[in-house]
Amino acid sequence: MKARIHVTLKNGVLDPQGKAVEHALGSLGFDGVEDVRQGKYIEINLSETDPAKAETQARDMCEKLLANTVIENYSVEIA
Amino acid sequence: MKAAVIVFPGSNCDRDLQVSLRIATGNEPLMVWHGDSSFDDVDLIAVPGGFSYGDYLRAGAMAAKSPVMREIIARANKGVPVLGICNGFQILTESGLLPGALMRNAALKYICKDIHLRVETNDTAFTRGYATGDVLRIPIAHHDGNYFADPDTLDELEQENRVAFRYTNAQGEQSADANPNGSQHHIAGILNKNRNVLGMMPHPERLADAALGGEDGKRMFEGLVRAIA
Repeated sequence: MKARIHVTLKNGVLDPQGKAVEHALGSLGFDGVEDVRQGKYIEINLSETDPAKAETQARDMCEKLLANTVIENYSVEIA
Repeated sequence: MKAAVIVFPGSNCDRDLQVSLRIATGNEPLMVWHGDSSFDDVDLIAVPGGFSYGDYLRAGAMAAKSPVMREIIARANKGVPVLGICNGFQILTESGLLPGALMRNAALKYICKDIHLRVETNDTAFTRGYATGDVLRIPIAHHDGNYFADPDTLDELEQENRVAFRYTNAQGEQSADANPNGSQHHIAGILNKNRNVLGMMPHPERLADAALGGEDGKRMFEGLVRAIA
């Protein structure tokens, strides 16, 4: 199974990189750009074949390493 | 007194720390490789600056899960003093020994310059060489030193007097201009609840010899030795 994991900064945590991207998009003439937040995308191939177990495994990986839950949220998609 | 310096792939302040601790303690520090899961008993564990594991994923994230860190966490919980400088601070927050996180500098730039710090408490072995209120000139060199914690954690740190150092100007006054990286509450260094773990972004080991421009950092190591030995 493949785990697709998004790691994003929590609401309320300042994202200076997202802000810089937002300003750059504005200066390129893209109007109406608001609240750009930059995150990470991680793909993992798992030998596990049971989707529920694969999801549990991927979430455990997020808790232990892939995300810093002090500042980040994560979401897991299993396919 | 015997100190250990932990060496990760990508550490680059380990030798500076080795020299500072050798001079302060009079003993050769034990250099411990990150893959070692045990090492001799020591009176102080120092986690140096650098770019452990290339800052992959997040600064300090990989190092925090290395075999040596399991041992360091166990010893810190038994009361052994643990000092984390720069990347060492990032590793200690990632490992859970210290609360909060070090985020990208507010101005997004890597900053390498001398800054001023105010000693906020000397009620810990780490700052015994200073008086509360002392202003130090010490270099910083980091890209991710912007201290973040949720409001409850910040309140707890303040109430328990666990902010060890704050960024100030040369007069010891806090201001937005004197906060180089956007850290909340101008925090440059914090202690754990038991006050035996200190994490700080500035580099005392880089200003511990008059030949290198100052000795404000040397007092930290001398004070530590007096407090521990």
